[in-house]
Amino acid sequence: MTVITKKPASPVAHLSAEDIEAIGRELDAIRQSVMETRGESDARYIRRMIKTQRYLEVGSRATLLASGFFPPAFFLGTAGLSVAKILDNMEIGHNILHGQWDWMRDPKIHSSVWEWDSASTAESWKHSHNELHHTYTNIIGKDNDLGYGIMRVDEDQRWAPAYLAQPLYNFLNMLVFEYGIAAYDLELGRNLRIPKDKRPQEFKDNVSKTLRKIRKQATKDYVVHPLIALPFGAAIPTLAANAIANVVRNVWSHSVIMCGHFPEGVETYEKASIDPNETRGEWYLRQMLGSANISGSKAMHVMSGNLSHQIEHHLWPDLPSNRYAEVAPQVKALFEKYGLNYHEASMPAQVYSAWHKVVRLSLPNNWLATTTPKNLPKQMKVLWKMTRGSRAERRKLQERLDLEAAYLA
Amino acid sequence: MSSASIAEKPRSGGLRRALHQAVSAAFTPLEPADVLDLFSPLRRGADLRARITAVHAETEDAATIELKPGKDWAGHVPGQYIRIGIDVDGRRHWRAYSLTHGPRADRRISITVKAVPDGVVSPFLVHQATPGTMVHLEQAAGEFVLDESHRKLLFVTAGSGITPVIGMLRNLYPVTDSGVLGGHARDLDITVVHLAPSEPQTIFRENLTALGDAGAITLIPRYDDQHGLFSVEALAELVPDLHERVTYACGPHGLLDALQAHHDALGLALFTEQFRLGQVEAGEGGTIAIGGKEIEADGTTPILDAAEEAGLIMPSGCRMGICMGCVLPLREGAVRDLRNGDVTRAVPGETPAGGLPIQTCISAAAGACTIDHHPRPTSSTPMKESVR
Repeated sequence: MTVITKKPASPVAHLSAEDIEAIGRELDAIRQSVMETRGESDARYIRRMIKTQRYLEVGSRATLLASGFFPPAFFLGTAGLSVAKILDNMEIGHNILHGQWDWMRDPKIHSSVWEWDSASTAESWKHSHNELHHTYTNIIGKDNDLGYGIMRVDEDQRWAPAYLAQPLYNFLNMLVFEYGIAAYDLELGRNLRIPKDKRPQEFKDNVSKTLRKIRKQATKDYVVHPLIALPFGAAIPTLAANAIANVVRNVWSHSVIMCGHFPEGVETYEKASIDPNETRGEWYLRQMLGSANISGSKAMHVMSGNLSHQIEHHLWPDLPSNRYAEVAPQVKALFEKYGLNYHEASMPAQVYSAWHKVVRLSLPNNWLATTTPKNLPKQMKVLWKMTRGSRAERRKLQERLDLEAAYLA
Repeated sequence: MSSASIAEKPRSGGLRRALHQAVSAAFTPLEPADVLDLFSPLRRGADLRARITAVHAETEDAATIELKPGKDWAGHVPGQYIRIGIDVDGRRHWRAYSLTHGPRADRRISITVKAVPDGVVSPFLVHQATPGTMVHLEQAAGEFVLDESHRKLLFVTAGSGITPVIGMLRNLYPVTDSGVLGGHARDLDITVVHLAPSEPQTIFRENLTALGDAGAITLIPRYDDQHGLFSVEALAELVPDLHERVTYACGPHGLLDALQAHHDALGLALFTEQFRLGQVEAGEGGTIAIGGKEIEADGTTPILDAAEEAGLIMPSGCRMGICMGCVLPLREGAVRDLRNGDVTRAVPGETPAGGLPIQTCISAAAGACTIDHHPRPTSSTPMKESVR
């Protein structure tokens, strides 16, 4: 994709300033209709969800104690623990930390005190996610969620040979996603480049808080529970189950989150193109075009923390998650009314699309588009030259690829 | 979660502490309490809660709620009140109610609630609360208790102001199916002047009558519809030995103020209990007390902007109401959500002990308000600054 301002045909060119403000007003009205009707049944929903998650976690851990002498217990316990961790992170943790349930005035279910089963501390995640990502959504250079600062996610980022490895490190990041998020919340890459004695105190404090959190998490999963299982002869299966559940949770949350902003066709924005006095309508429009939804069953929506309603979530991050499904048809109708593309597809389609983009952009622009099975050897040679050659040579070959692609189109 | 840790602190012994640490390590980031609450919410060491065990109608719009408090309930002295936190329409509300019994053998406690028209909590408790409902609780509090050294007493109560007094009277003279027990053991001489709009609307009418018939108290009921509106000047006539008595009064502001003036003039002793501590009326703009400053702000300026303008260092984030990075507790007063005009009120005594968390970036003062904020000195290069 290309930043929206550089596209030959802008998907928002047909909208007048008045249209954009009208969209803002209509979206505000939809938000208000939900806010006014929050109540008993919503409160019951989140409390039941929390209760279910806790019973599931305690039950799964208890089941694992039997895994030493009753093998099916291993599968049951591992599956249960994986689901419990996913619910904790997605439908419960993510949404409570957004303040979706603050209105209940329950001091235990509140964004200011909640902590989750993740390497990242709630505090630093709230800063990088709620504040930076949700405010500067899809603005290249400002929203680090785009590629987490390590990947090329846009044609407008200059290609370099190092990006060839990005499918590999996206895959590795997927396996250990909770640690990736923690590193990213600390802005580890940026801060480590600063000389040690000049690093901000806040960064040092956050690092020690995160390390403490990671130690507690790892002790629980890899020491305490295996030790509890030891007398039952289930220490090893318990250890394995915890490791598997953590990886399953990581793969799942990574996939859901990739689906939110990475699929082909989601718009990105140039830093310079954002008016510092961006109106509410303009901000809404950026959220509308910068997010993609996942269609699927009710269970999938819950397991994704209703991030499957990514568009609705980005419009109103503080709306209780159980209500996104209800407003989605209204939002979709609004997209249609104003001739905008409501980006929605099934989970496999969105995951494929996001991965396709990661692979495509790991290669020079237009390389994949100009490659066929027949010209593959020739194209490999081009890629080799671009990787090994000088910068000038790389530029020359890139121009040729662009020309070829233009010709093909 | 983390807020629960204080209540769950182990009290004694290395073994206990070690066990607590082990359980904590097994359930982090949850507190052991979060898991134990699933199975035993009323256990020792849990946050204080109670389960409603019965709801008895007293009048058309009043009911007595019987509660089974958690194991850590420390008991009470008749006349004291409790604060209960109950979820109505998904939102937690706190209210204070007098306990209407003395300590009971079964450790249950009771409150009597009159449904206030347009109220939130009282109509819910009277008409909708069902046995089994869990409520949150604070230990009994209040100074409105009997001083044992006085023999001649006068109670002046109005409406549901009878509730702490009935707690005292029932403790002195238990009312049972077989009549009033307890007799005149302490040789007390009690007069009760009780004011109510009309006789049928009087809660504890039967109890009071029974106590009067048994000679435990001298009951002087004054009903607005029969006797006209009560004036404190009439007190001397109704209670000829007024000057020999110590007066305990509970009722609305107006009555208590008048009684205070009346008794002060005559040099008589008076103990009072107010029910509603006050009401917060929403206005447009107002004085914001925050971080040791008092800031005048209009009804359209976000509190965050007003406070920063006044030189305070404030927590902040997106400045558009989505990131919750600017949340601070509102202790008292009202604020208005600039996005939709919703008003949030904090009434001392009715809001949680820690205040009501509000988003300062999208809230403006709606009248005078007090917000908790203790600005920390900034570090040399704050992370947030360097990111922007």
